[in-house]
Amino acid sequence: MNETYSALAAFAQTGGLIYFMILFGIVLAYALWPKNREKFDDAAQIPFRED
Amino acid sequence: MAQQKTGMVSLEEGGFAIFLVLLAFACLIVAGKTFDQVMAFHMSIGALLAAVSVFLIFKKYFDDGGEVIPAEVDGKPNYNFGPVKFAAIAAMFWGIAGFTVGLVIALQLAWPALNFDLPWTNFGRLRPLHTSAVIFAFGGNVLLATSMYVVQRTCRARMPGKILPWFVVLGYNAFILIAGTGYLLGATQGKEYAEPEWYADLWLTIVWVFYLLLFLGTIWRRKEPHIYVANWFYLAFIVTVAVLHITNNLTIPVSIYSTQSVIVWAGVQDAMVQWWYGHNAVGFFLTAGFLAIMYYFIPKRAERPVYSYRLSIVHFWALIFIYIWAGPHHLHYTALPQWASTLGATFSIILWMPSWGGMINGLMTLSGAWDKLRTDPVLRMMVVSVAFYGMSTFEGPLMSLRAVNSLSHYTDWTIGHVHSGALGWVGYISFGALYCLVPWLWNKKSLYSLKLVDWHFWVSTIGIVLYITAMWVSGIMQGLMWRAYDNLGFLEYSFVETVEAMHPFYIIRALGGALFVIGALIMAYNLWMTVRHGEAEEADAAPAGSLAPAE
Repeated sequence: MNETYSALAAFAQTGGLIYFMILFGIVLAYALWPKNREKFDDAAQIPFRED
Repeated sequence: MAQQKTGMVSLEEGGFAIFLVLLAFACLIVAGKTFDQVMAFHMSIGALLAAVSVFLIFKKYFDDGGEVIPAEVDGKPNYNFGPVKFAAIAAMFWGIAGFTVGLVIALQLAWPALNFDLPWTNFGRLRPLHTSAVIFAFGGNVLLATSMYVVQRTCRARMPGKILPWFVVLGYNAFILIAGTGYLLGATQGKEYAEPEWYADLWLTIVWVFYLLLFLGTIWRRKEPHIYVANWFYLAFIVTVAVLHITNNLTIPVSIYSTQSVIVWAGVQDAMVQWWYGHNAVGFFLTAGFLAIMYYFIPKRAERPVYSYRLSIVHFWALIFIYIWAGPHHLHYTALPQWASTLGATFSIILWMPSWGGMINGLMTLSGAWDKLRTDPVLRMMVVSVAFYGMSTFEGPLMSLRAVNSLSHYTDWTIGHVHSGALGWVGYISFGALYCLVPWLWNKKSLYSLKLVDWHFWVSTIGIVLYITAMWVSGIMQGLMWRAYDNLGFLEYSFVETVEAMHPFYIIRALGGALFVIGALIMAYNLWMTVRHGEAEEADAAPAGSLAPAE
């Protein structure tokens, strides 16, 4: 019981760290990717497009 | 009235009508057979509202002959603003009601005789009425109004459905009515921020699923390829609140004729689910939804795009992935295992990053246009709101640490913290959004009076400052008095001595609350005069007339 618990806890702690770092890396790459710059600059103007 | 019929009853009209007829009969049966008076009362209201709704659906059908409303008129989106207007008015109404009840219970704490020794007006029943009225009734209607407005505008598409948007808005307000009257009559699950009984929860679940479908449907029809960041925040709010609400209300009714129910979670798991829900109600209802307002209304009002769109993307994903884990910090020093409460505190500290990233993004949107703060009190209100957001999201993680929590928990410090977020952040961003929204919706050039906005701003800002400083002093004093020992190891103060010491601060708090209520009344007058006597926007006047049938 205790071993299962510590094994699970260890996996959750290391795995959780890796999981969040990878997610954060993907988000950063997506947000900062040079090719996306134009798209995001354009998206920022959406509220001002009136009709 | 006597138009030519152009179509049969649509699937949507027929579907809602059948559902509501069945609901009305079900309510009638339960109302007739129940032994529980609150249940009988609520089911009677339910039957009445469902029957009236069916009548309205068919009245509308026979009036316009089942006419199909075009999604576009002359190549321009034919926006559906009727339900948005209703939600905006409801928000103002519930806001004043909720703030006033808050003032009443603040006065009761200072002068307990004010509960009049009646069951319906005692603190225990009015307190959930206050919290639900301000969070779910006021905040909820602000979110409904702004989300329906923003998603249509930024997608440049009309909301789908003829009945659907009205079902969502009216159904949500019916839930508020059932929940609020329930508290006054003593029907409560006893879970903070999740007090409504099982049948109200069930009804909210139905309404919420339709809200999600409505929102997704509008995004589906969008003419704008990119989904603007505010819509992401709204979507996260809608989806997460659905999950939270269902998980925390998995109850089995004692009988369908009873208001009572039993939760499926047991013991500490129930506590954990409750605070996972409770904290994410803050994170996704009071934060993500209102951040969506920040990302649309501040750029709009400042006439500048958001400071960094890229930062907004990082902000969004970081916020939603981290917030969901912070709940256990509400359960320090309880039966909850320590690792879980440490986990909650850790994620709370990590939350500093996205919270402040978002705050910087909102504030810096004004870079190069700071002078507008001097001339435009509406923008000033929203910017101060973001500043309050920064302050309370700085304070919150500190309070989530076990060492600080041991002093702050169960004291007025918590109340002060919550109100710096609720009055400062949620209140002000909502006021700002409503001040923008009302002239837009009713095609007015501007507000009736910016001077009155200025008065609202200063009166309620002084109110907030009085409120939160009184609660900080009172709370820290209370915490210190509780833990004070004399040199023989006895507690230095009895409980009633702490209550006595807090009395002056309770009066100051009530004064702050009164100022906040006065500010809201000034606002309601200003908005009323804007709608009634504001100067019409010329350019939009013509299309608005031709759009009238849509509403």
